[in-house]
Amino acid sequence: MNCITVPLYRAAHGRTGDKGDRSNISVIAWHTDLFALLVEQITPEAVAAQFRHRSPSCVQRFVLPRLQAMNFVLDAVLDGGVNDALNLDAHGKALSFLLLELPIDVPDHLQHLLAGPSGSP
Amino acid sequence: MTSIARPPLLVGCAAGFSGDRTDAAGPVVDTLIARLAQGPSGQRAFLIFETLAERTLALAQLRRRADPEAGYEPLLDAMLRPVLARCLLHGIRIVSNFGAANPRAAARHIARMARELGATAPRIAVVEGDDLSSPEQRALLREQLGARMDGLAVVSANAYIGAEPIAAALDAGAQIVVCGRVADPSLTVGPAMSHFGWRADDWTVLGRATMAGHLLECGAQVCGGYFADPGYKDVPGLERVGFPIAEIEADGRCTIGKADGTGGLVTESTVKEQLLYEVHDPAAYLTPDVIADIGEAQVAAQDTDRVLLTGVRGHARPSHYKVNVCHEGGWLAEGEISYAGARAEARARLAADVLRSRLAGLTLRVDLIGALSLFNDDAGHALAATPDSGMRDVRLRVAATHADRAEAERLGREVMALYTCGPAGGGGVRSTLTPRLNTLSCLLAREAVPVRFEMVAP
Repeated sequence: MNCITVPLYRAAHGRTGDKGDRSNISVIAWHTDLFALLVEQITPEAVAAQFRHRSPSCVQRFVLPRLQAMNFVLDAVLDGGVNDALNLDAHGKALSFLLLELPIDVPDHLQHLLAGPSGSP
Repeated sequence: MTSIARPPLLVGCAAGFSGDRTDAAGPVVDTLIARLAQGPSGQRAFLIFETLAERTLALAQLRRRADPEAGYEPLLDAMLRPVLARCLLHGIRIVSNFGAANPRAAARHIARMARELGATAPRIAVVEGDDLSSPEQRALLREQLGARMDGLAVVSANAYIGAEPIAAALDAGAQIVVCGRVADPSLTVGPAMSHFGWRADDWTVLGRATMAGHLLECGAQVCGGYFADPGYKDVPGLERVGFPIAEIEADGRCTIGKADGTGGLVTESTVKEQLLYEVHDPAAYLTPDVIADIGEAQVAAQDTDRVLLTGVRGHARPSHYKVNVCHEGGWLAEGEISYAGARAEARARLAADVLRSRLAGLTLRVDLIGALSLFNDDAGHALAATPDSGMRDVRLRVAATHADRAEAERLGREVMALYTCGPAGGGGVRSTLTPRLNTLSCLLAREAVPVRFEMVAP
């Protein structure tokens, strides 16, 4: 099967939330038929690797097939959270866009379901 | 199900945080009035404002210390004045946590506002019990938090209380309910409990109303606010994005929509993002009212800007309240300087090296705004691993925290000194020093937190 590799944001969207030093990032498939790819490829290990510079103490994944979504919960990635971090973005609100940069392999026959302008990376 | 046959309840939300837009309520109230006119008899509508984040209450407590008549939402007047008279006239009741650290003063302000607007004096209830600053309660918190509490300058201690006192106040005829630290979804659950006559242990309907409240509690976020990403997630009329209105059925199901004639959009995508916002285990979203479970939840677009949420379940509520204790946390020092033109990034990196050497004793965070800042980390692992990208316009930002003000102040002086002692061509120095608040959390048995409501006017 021929595949192209695209950033996750072409297959999914998401939003970050925070409570204390814990971040949750949703990953929501743009199309039902893309969901299986996300579950297969966007694993807790892949997410932990993408955030390794933040040294998460734990990465949990919750799969929600009826919403075609996953929820990632990352512990201790906010450098203490809104009260303690020195980050301009102490809430970590930008972090969904770091996760959405993960590469994902998409077979040819599903490429028409990807979001964004055609020809975009 | 214990619900009695009642028409769906309308709940509109006009604020999602302290400092939200103050022109949000107008279109929501106009839409509620129109829906009430067209709807079945016995239909009711509520307007909620959610204005408390994790630290908002501590900041409010500090304002109250400085002025006993302050400590409620600073934008209360601006948010409520444009719609208060119309709400009272059309029977739209108002529930909000904009009481913050001083619900009674907020209630007095609202009563005064109603007089000034020539409206009939409203029946206003305040919900209390969340504030845990009495000596006995402090002792209880000390039992939970142990020695971590000792020596701390505590600013605020509040329990996240639930919907029951709100529902009781509404049952007693309150037109306006002013709360402090109630859990955000409880602002919606309270009206639903009162309207439908739900029991406080009917977990399924409470779970469903909780997630309706969760969709509402961030204001525009479910209507395309904080969603737009051009080319991927386009949002029409973002500059006049509308605020949400939920229609809650007697069985707790909800349809989420938005105010008529506003921008934004409500789609399955916007609802899914908000549904999972700040959720950890989707099967166990903890609130003081219920443990809501969206593990099997589904969303389905009905027609334009209307999305139905089904499949939410509920489990017995936690036996304890979550309590946040905010205390003084030293000082945050920040400084910035810009470099532009050839080798700008190299000069900015050199400036950071100079600061790191000069500020021994302070743990410095370094960001290169434009190259790497928000994705960076306090320890600088990411920045160290990122090669010079040849940026031609880069702003160096450094930050540090220290318990001692004089130590923290060194940072601003050293950034300023870069003007003459640092690399070439730096400009635009800004520095700030901000007092910090830190938080401790614990759980407290419900019995230790006596919640209540009281009618305060007329």
